[in-house]
Amino acid sequence: MGFQEPATRLADAAPQDRSAYGLALNRRARRVAEIAARHADAVDREARFPREAVDAMKAEGLLGAMIPVAFGGEGASLADIAMVCSVLGQGCSSAGMIFAMHQIKASSLITHGAENPWHRAFMRRVATEQLLIASATTEAGIGGDLRNSVCAVEQDGGVFTLGKDATVISYGPQADALMVTARRNPDAPSSDQVMAVFTRDQYALHKTGGWDTLGMRGTCSEGFRFEGAAPVEQILPKPFAEIAAQSMLAHSHLLWGSVWSGIAGAALARAQAFVRADARRRPDATPPGALHLADAAAKLQGLHGALSSALRRYEEAKATEDGLSSMGYAVAINNVKLLASRTAVEVCQAAMQVAGIQGYRNDGAYSVGRFLRDAMSAPLMISNDRIVGNTAAMLLVSRLETDLVG
Amino acid sequence: MDEAIRNTIVAIIAEAGRLPVPANTLADEADLYQAGLTSFASVQLMLALEDRFEIEFPDRYLNRRSFSSIAAIGQVVGELLSQREAA
Repeated sequence: MGFQEPATRLADAAPQDRSAYGLALNRRARRVAEIAARHADAVDREARFPREAVDAMKAEGLLGAMIPVAFGGEGASLADIAMVCSVLGQGCSSAGMIFAMHQIKASSLITHGAENPWHRAFMRRVATEQLLIASATTEAGIGGDLRNSVCAVEQDGGVFTLGKDATVISYGPQADALMVTARRNPDAPSSDQVMAVFTRDQYALHKTGGWDTLGMRGTCSEGFRFEGAAPVEQILPKPFAEIAAQSMLAHSHLLWGSVWSGIAGAALARAQAFVRADARRRPDATPPGALHLADAAAKLQGLHGALSSALRRYEEAKATEDGLSSMGYAVAINNVKLLASRTAVEVCQAAMQVAGIQGYRNDGAYSVGRFLRDAMSAPLMISNDRIVGNTAAMLLVSRLETDLVG
Repeated sequence: MDEAIRNTIVAIIAEAGRLPVPANTLADEADLYQAGLTSFASVQLMLALEDRFEIEFPDRYLNRRSFSSIAAIGQVVGELLSQREAA
């Protein structure tokens, strides 16, 4: 209901042809989004895990898409994955966000685990067994700053144990593996962190908090006490400081932004359907909502442009030695997060304005309340206030970009 | 690295770096980000370095690596100082 039919119907193509691969991937994503959309209202109402959508992602093989071909995946680019996020976000916001969070974890493995035999083998398992990875980076007592940990890795011979009061682990019980941050050892300062991978048989979760929220209700981002033990080779060799800067920042902002653009697109598609029905009834007059629709369509187009250029810029920055860690890149990616989160809310609000009381209702074909509630999480997921403050600090020294780069 | 430059850098890290550990306990090669340097503090650190050494960091040095350790900062500061003298 919430998403548009694919314009292109091509047979699934071979992965060696990039554009054909992209089209085939789009078809697979749309099949999942159709299933996700059918259950999206129930997922939202019951605040339950979107099981049908995630099963469909696994059936379509989407969870391993970004893993390099050498490790059993498809070698999809970040732009490919962003496209999937936007398609899934149209069907079910929570399912789209779960897919995005999984791929952000996968990106850390891909970027920082390729040198390590255990992580290489694990990537192969993610691709072949379609393992869903969740994240445990927030903790009680750190004030929402994932670059600090209270808990610490305790090593004993070749094995380590870890206990963490995780205030949020999205889809924790449904995940097949967890990536957890902690201090390097019990004597390390709070910022000297590592990230470790645990498979489902290596940890226990005890629920400590619920997830009854305005929107994004299906991500099931509940609190847990985590207790795990695993061989030390499962700790990623790079410091988490580097993992956060090199893979998590860009992937989070770009993939979340793509999900949000999908949510906004789905809401606006309903508003357009409303305007069209209105216009059919009164062919001689432009419906009053049509102007809001046109305005919001321009905003959505601006967001698509910003995401596309940021995805291109990511590939360029990745190809240079300090590209991803440069201040100019961090400013640019922060700005994309701000733009995407604000635009998603604005477009959903415009959609409601267009559809009027039919949009405000929670039932019917023009209901946009769920999209608006889901989109309102966007400015809070890593608070925009924190991001603006961070950008403001960097702009004390970083050169302002004033030239249009083609 | 010139000893006077090194001492000045350590003093500036102690003032502007906001680290949870004393700056004078850090080895030259110790990773400052692991020691708790945030991106915000790295900007403050850089502004303090510019002020104290009367230099300006060009864009190509505005990345994590330039501020990753006392040694890395020392190298960048040394280069900028010698460029200034040559000019």
